[in-house]
Amino acid sequence: MKLKKTVLLGAVIAGLLGSSMASANEEQFIGLPSYRVGPYAAGGSGLFGGWIDYMQLVNERDGGVNGVKLTWEECETEYNNARGVECYERMKKKGSTGNSVFQPVSTGITYSVLEKVAQDKIPMVTIGYGRTDAADGRVFPWVFPLITTYWSQASAIVNFMGQKEGGMDKLKGKKIGLLYHDSAYGKESHAIMDKLAAKHGFEVIKIAVAHPGNEQQSQWLQIRQAKPDYVVLWGWGVMNPTAIKAAAKTGFPREKLIGVWWSGAEEDTIPAGPAAKGFVAAGFNVAGANYPVVADIKKHVYGKNKGNMEDKTRVGSVYYNRGVVHGIITVEAIRKAQEKYGKGKALTGEQMRWGFENLNLDDARLKALGATGFMPALKITCADHEGPGKVKFQQWDGSQWKVITDWVDSDRPLVRGMIEESAAAYAKEKGIKPRDCSKES
Amino acid sequence: MLYREAGQFKATYAEDSQIFPIRQDKIGFWVLMLVFGVAVPLLSNEYWLKAILIPVLIFSLAAIGLNILTGYAGQLSLGSAAFMAVGAFAAYNFILRIEGMPFLVALVLAGLTAALVGIMFGLPSLRIKGFYLAVATLAAQFFIVWALVKFPWFSNNSSSGVVTAQDVTILGYTFVTPESKYVLTFLIVALMALLAKNMVRSSTGRAWMAVRDMDVAAQVIGFRLMRTKLLAFAVSSFYCGVAGALYAYTYIGTVEPEGFNLDLSFKILFMIIIGGVGSIMGSFLGAAFIVLLPIFLDNVVPVIFGDSLGAGFVSNFQLIVFGGLIIFFLIVEPHGLARLWQIAKEKLRLWPFPH
Repeated sequence: MKLKKTVLLGAVIAGLLGSSMASANEEQFIGLPSYRVGPYAAGGSGLFGGWIDYMQLVNERDGGVNGVKLTWEECETEYNNARGVECYERMKKKGSTGNSVFQPVSTGITYSVLEKVAQDKIPMVTIGYGRTDAADGRVFPWVFPLITTYWSQASAIVNFMGQKEGGMDKLKGKKIGLLYHDSAYGKESHAIMDKLAAKHGFEVIKIAVAHPGNEQQSQWLQIRQAKPDYVVLWGWGVMNPTAIKAAAKTGFPREKLIGVWWSGAEEDTIPAGPAAKGFVAAGFNVAGANYPVVADIKKHVYGKNKGNMEDKTRVGSVYYNRGVVHGIITVEAIRKAQEKYGKGKALTGEQMRWGFENLNLDDARLKALGATGFMPALKITCADHEGPGKVKFQQWDGSQWKVITDWVDSDRPLVRGMIEESAAAYAKEKGIKPRDCSKES
Repeated sequence: MLYREAGQFKATYAEDSQIFPIRQDKIGFWVLMLVFGVAVPLLSNEYWLKAILIPVLIFSLAAIGLNILTGYAGQLSLGSAAFMAVGAFAAYNFILRIEGMPFLVALVLAGLTAALVGIMFGLPSLRIKGFYLAVATLAAQFFIVWALVKFPWFSNNSSSGVVTAQDVTILGYTFVTPESKYVLTFLIVALMALLAKNMVRSSTGRAWMAVRDMDVAAQVIGFRLMRTKLLAFAVSSFYCGVAGALYAYTYIGTVEPEGFNLDLSFKILFMIIIGGVGSIMGSFLGAAFIVLLPIFLDNVVPVIFGDSLGAGFVSNFQLIVFGGLIIFFLIVEPHGLARLWQIAKEKLRLWPFPH
């Protein structure tokens, strides 16, 4: 007992000393609401591992962002909304300037803190999940669903099918199955698919899979009867390998089974075994460890034995690289905001928000970062908090993901129209007056 | 010493049947009420109010609800989270669809809606018992969450099924600050806990306990089984429903049906098992234990181990410790924390001269 107390006391003193010494240098605090246990731990550990490794790389290789060291702390959410809110509140005031950005990597937690971030003036970044209509920055100044949203993704998937068929007009009369996770996340696909079906003249067959989705016999029977030309797999977790295996059993060609970005990781295909060969999935980042940015992480971070991943073979996997994308975007927003608010200074959440809103990652910048082709070029404006809305398609060759397309565009006018309509309805319900973007600097 | 009752005489029946017959308890109770009702909102910071105290209060209320059903009436239920969902979505729809609906009325209506649904799913309890009944309530858990996702009307056609709670306004005052929300939650929970305490001390509660201990015997001596059991389901669901509405309106702010999943039902069941089955105070202790322990471990474990171990290990270790502590408590005191407190009190009455 005594020993334990001494150890605890020592740890507390060491912590105090550590923090007081550190305050001599400017530091930027980033709170990480991670999940490393629970049903989605496979995704969480890869994503947060990649993200932490990238920040470690910036600290090790460049000495931070213009001399400002990045510091971070993890808070376990277990992908649970209540725990996520607790983490948000706990980390809000940490660091010299408070938590500079909140990225929950969970749609549920995103909704839970959506209104809190505006009150607390902390930008929230939701890359590839969360509330789609938050892409309208006039109504949601504090939320950034960067790169792409579910609606853009659905539209890009349909465009990809059109490419494969040899023209969008060829989709007329086709049948597209939509095998979705029966939850808020899965139902996010309905409105956009209906719109696209009306526009291009194809038929959507929506088939729900109840959580967790480890039993899909009846669904695949339905697919076999309807004989769709393509099936979109809008799944999550164990539902994905089950669907792939069921497709193989029913004899549905895996090349025509197209996964969304939460269905297209190594964690989804490896458990399905040889059945997964040929399976195609969308992604706003690609897999692979050959990109200079990942090579740099291996050299500067893992070379010094400071890497976060326990299983080093996962470096370069889809989720890991997605974490690197989170890291790149966070660091680049800090860099941008420092240009306006003073280089080498720690930034407040309000200043960070400006950094995100004026983020511009063009091809030259991506090349300098060593991320050409790794993620799409990105330009954010006051009105558009989404950016390119592009995805690449990858195909599983039995042992790894192979990129098979360039960046595929979404139907921007259609998606943007839906976003604005939905955001306007939200603004009306909540009594929010949309910002006038011509007055923003 | 502390609990010396010498000189406290009860001269009337009313004095004898008080909730706290001993003066020290009464003083302790009012001190607690003052601390949590006045001192805490004045002194506590935002983090404690928003992230810890409000959820503890709300889960205490849900645990009281389940305790009435399981602890007092002896009907095992795994559907508490679903009844919370009914409450949350009912409150949302009442406020949304009826112009000028006052919040407190909506809260009561939400509770009543949950009570109705509870009665419906309580009907099987007239025929089946024990674990089989638990399975029937499990159906409630899955059915309600499924229905809330399936029919977009419940979430006002929100594309993702998530609803955002409206502002809480009572008599023109809007509850925005965490302090005001805490006080509101505190008052509602305190009032309902008092009501529950009196209910279980009255003939209603005695009927429940008679049914719990042996329903055939209870029927023989004249309790109407159907009425008693369904009343327990109704009251229990009412409490869970109000807890769900508070969860949406004073705590999280946005709710989705999946948030009220089986895990949450189990959590509430653990609360009453840890806190004490058949005890109102146990509901509070259990809720505090289950909500606080993971947060406590989350803060302490990394300090003890530092960065020497992987983050994944630290997260998993917390779960191991959490599970271990629950087993430890159940071995040391199977009747829960409330029973521990009772034993402590009995010891204190004799202390320091136990012979």
